[in-house]
This record gives sequence, structure tokens and C-alpha cells, in this order.
Amino acid sequence: MPQLDFRMTQGTFALDVKLDAATGGVLALFGRSGAGKTTIVRAIAGLVRPTSGSIKIAGRMLFDAAAGIDVPTTKRRIGYVFQDARLFPHLRVAANLRYGLARAGDRNSKGIEFDAVVELLGLRDLLARPPFGLSGGERQRVAIGRALLAQPDILLLDEPLASLDAPRKAELLPYLEALNLRTNVPIVYVSHALDEVVRLADTLAIVDGGRIAAHGAVADVMSRLDLRPLVGRFEAGAAIDTTLLRHDTAYALSYLAFGGSEIAVPQIDAEPGAFVRVRIRARDVLLATKRLEGLSARNILAGHIVDLIPETGAYAELAVLVGGQRLVARITRAALDALDLALGSPVFAVVKAVAIERIVRLRDSPGRNAG
Amino acid sequence: MPDFTQAELAAIGLSLRIALTAVAAALPPAILVAWLLARRDFPGKALLDAAVHLPLVLPPVVVGYALLLLLGVRGPLGAWLEAEFGIRLVFTAAGATLANAVMVFPLLVRAIRISVEALDPGLDEAARTLGAGALDRFFTISLPLIAPGILAGAVIAFAASLGEFGAVITFASNVPGETQTLPLAIYAATQSPGGDATAAKLAAVSLALALGGLVLAEAIAKHMRKRFGR
Repeated sequence: MPQLDFRMTQGTFALDVKLDAATGGVLALFGRSGAGKTTIVRAIAGLVRPTSGSIKIAGRMLFDAAAGIDVPTTKRRIGYVFQDARLFPHLRVAANLRYGLARAGDRNSKGIEFDAVVELLGLRDLLARPPFGLSGGERQRVAIGRALLAQPDILLLDEPLASLDAPRKAELLPYLEALNLRTNVPIVYVSHALDEVVRLADTLAIVDGGRIAAHGAVADVMSRLDLRPLVGRFEAGAAIDTTLLRHDTAYALSYLAFGGSEIAVPQIDAEPGAFVRVRIRARDVLLATKRLEGLSARNILAGHIVDLIPETGAYAELAVLVGGQRLVARITRAALDALDLALGSPVFAVVKAVAIERIVRLRDSPGRNAG
Repeated sequence: MPDFTQAELAAIGLSLRIALTAVAAALPPAILVAWLLARRDFPGKALLDAAVHLPLVLPPVVVGYALLLLLGVRGPLGAWLEAEFGIRLVFTAAGATLANAVMVFPLLVRAIRISVEALDPGLDEAARTLGAGALDRFFTISLPLIAPGILAGAVIAFAASLGEFGAVITFASNVPGETQTLPLAIYAATQSPGGDATAAKLAAVSLALALGGLVLAEAIAKHMRKRFGR
């Protein structure tokens, strides 16, 4: 995985990147457009050159200004998927796929085979077609396959969904989910869409103004209140990795466990024991000082306030520790004062089951909080 | 179909041969110059650009005269070529070919340059990440993609080359069977009594070749646009 420690300037924009991602899996680089995400992956690929520092991928030094190391892009063993796919228009899909494969050489082979990739990405019917006429989603699948077949040490996906409309995104997402699990190639996933990050990433690095503002497990980073301004108000919320406990088929509910707590959600199409990441938006969480009765909400979780940011406007942001995981709640500042809430106050977090977004994960997150 | 005399056929054959050789010889440097002008910034770029276009705007006679000064028997380069290699360009088919190559060079550069400018540099980056070196990328990505421009330019240059008069007659003179291409033969025919029939026949051949060339160039461009979906 990437070990980055470099500095560079592009025009008036300065980057100072320090990131040591020890675990494999999918690392998301999340940030607003213009934050420097793409420049970071371009530096990893050797398409731009930092002025100082070093870049190490999978234990291999690709760039070290002090030692005079600068491995050319062609030798970096990087799979790069560009936002605009960049298929070679004069080659059919099959020839596009084989372009990197033919140049990887047996010595660097990771055993990523043509037929397996074609199967994994559903490209069988496209092989004989020219890129012209493929849909946006199809193009990206071919581009991903082409990058994978180059036998890369790491796959860099630069906003692969950004130029697609919603149905095409939905069509491509399942392929992306299967990608890392099936191939074991670590992935750096650049995105400015939080829903993609929550769905795909194991670890999350927030990029802001050319720096890594935070890095860690998705659940940990997302529940940090100090990062709220970078994530955006309506996106804000906690991501919690849970395990599917049991179904209640009579009411079509599923029960999820995390750190000794249990929540109910609308039934999930998965077996007990499955890994489920839930996303609970801050604006969907109610706080109460007493355990309420006669309430329709299914989930009433006891915890206490561990972080609190009273804004100057109408809202206040709070983090509530429940079973070792942080829930984020946004309430009005008026309510904060009326309930006399402060750091350490015991509270009950109330979450409607229907407001919880569920994502079935194909495996446990490597960076999962032990909770 | 009119009957052609031996001399007329010789002029047609020579024209085709010289035009073909001239375009083939001018093509590699034209690709290089087009690439430099489209993709690189360097001191003197504007000057190179202007120099490449000179044959297009100068009277062809002046281009032929400049070649004569440079490569004539007493010209600095011409004298050297003859002394070192025994190559003489004036009054030879090689000289006529060179004059043609110089004249069509700007046509080639312009056509190819437009293709290079339309080439997405992102494709080159993509090929780099896939492990393709510079030459590999040029021959597998760039060249096939600018091929329509090269082909269209070559066809136009070929057609124009068939009609080149001023530069050829000034530099290589009007030697039947050696440098007397179609337009020179037509000119010679119009200057000789009873040459009207020959002039008319050769003019018709010129027209057919030129028209055929233009139609072919358009057909190639259309086919390529369709194939690449642009």
C-alpha cells in the first residue's frame, strides 16, 4: 500500500502529502474538487514529479528525491483508471484489454488472467467491439480490466464514476465492490462522493488543500466532528461496521450487532454473520435524556456525549459513544441548551430503522475498529 | 480512350514516379516537423513554422531558384555533393523529385499537424501507465491515430506534386524522360506547332489524376472518421 511523504507545487497550488497506509484493501482519497486528490495519484503513477520526498508502493521505492530515484511511469507497475476511461479508439475492446498485459512480461505477472478479468467485469460480449459506441459504464469496465491486466502492484481509480449518470453508476458499483476482493490488488479510490466511499472503502484519507487532513478506518474518520466542514453538512453522519445477527422475517427486519449494541434495520438480503456497514446521517439522529416510551423508532441506544461542537448558527454537532462506536447527531443549538447537554452527559440516541442506510460488505474491513 | 505516344506515356510515368517518391521522401520529416510544431515549445518555433510554409507562399520559381543556388553545380551544398558522392541534382529526376518534395512539404505538415493537435494526450499517458515506452507508444497509439491525417495529406501532396511546374523547371529544367513531368510536357506541347492534341490529352490526364486524388483523400478521411467515431 502507498507510503507517501512528498511535497510539490503546481502553479500556485502546493501539496504536502504524508500518508502511510499500512493495510491493504481499498483506500479512498476523499475531498472536494481541487483539493489535490488527482495530483496525488498522478504523482504515484509518475505522471507528475514531486519536488521532494518519497513515494513507496507495496514496499517498492518508486520515487525518492534525496536518493535520486525516479522510476519512469512505464516501469512503476501501476494500474491507472482515468475518469474519462481513455480507451484506445483504434483498437477493439479485446486489444485494449491486452495492451498492458502484452507489456507486463512474465516476470512481473501476478497471475491476473485475461479470461478471469473478462468474467469478473462482464466484458465477454464487448470483446469484438470498438470503444466507439460503448456506454460510459462499459468504457470504465474495459478501462479497469485493461489496468488490471497490466499486472499492477496497485490500482489507482481516479473518480471512475464521476462522469456517469446515476443508472450507470449503479451498474458499475457492484463490479468495483468485487474488484479488490477477487484480485487482491490494493486500490486507491479517488472520489468526492461520500456514498461511494462508504460503500467501497476500507480506509479513508481526507484530502484538503493539498494535505491529508485525516486518515484511518472509514468509521473512525467519518465520526470525527472536526472534519465536518470537509465532509459537508448534509453528507455528515457516522459509518459503523456491524455484523448481521439474525432476521425477524415476520416483520421483515434484520438485527445488526456492534460492540455489544444492537440495531434493527429493514431486512437485508444476506446471511447471518455477514458484514454490514451502516450509515446513519447526523440529521436522522434524535437525542433524549430519558429512555422514551411510546415511540415508533426501533433503535434507542444508550451512550454518552464524547464530542461536541456548538456552531454559531442554528445547529450543534455531537458525537455519542454507543457500544464503542461513535454516532453523530445534529440537533439545534436551542435543544442543546434546553436539554443542558455537555461533554459526558448520558443520552439516548434515537434512530429510525428506516433512516439507516445498509451496505452489505463482501468481507470485514481490514481497518475495522475492534469496538 | 485516346492513343498516347511514347513520349506522352513517358511524361505520365515520370510524373507518377516523381510525385510518389517526393511524397514518400517528404513524409518522415513532415511527421517530425508537424509533431514538433503541434506538441513542443522551443526557441525559434515561429521561425520554423514560417520556413515550412514558405514554399506555399513564395512563387515556385523562387523556390526552384533557391534550390539552384544551394544545390546547383556551383552551390555550396551541390558542389560538395558532387565532389564527395558524385551526386548531381540539376537536370536529373532526383532533382525534380527534390523540388517536388520541398513544394509539397507544407501541405503534408499542415495536414499532419491538425491530426497531431486533435490527438488526445491522455491516450499517451494511459499507454505509459500500461508499460509502453516512447517508440512503442508512437507506433501503436499515435501513428495509427494520426494515420488519417497522414494519408489525406499524402494524397493531396501527391496530386499537387503532379502539377508542380515552376520549381521543377527552374531547378531541374525540362529534360524529356528525365525531368519532364506532365505540366512541363504540356507546356512544351503548347509551345510547339501541332502540339495541341498532346497538350489536350495530357491536360485531361492531369485533371483526372487531380480529381481522383481529391476524391480519394475525402473518402479516406470519411472512412477514418467513421471508424474512430469522431
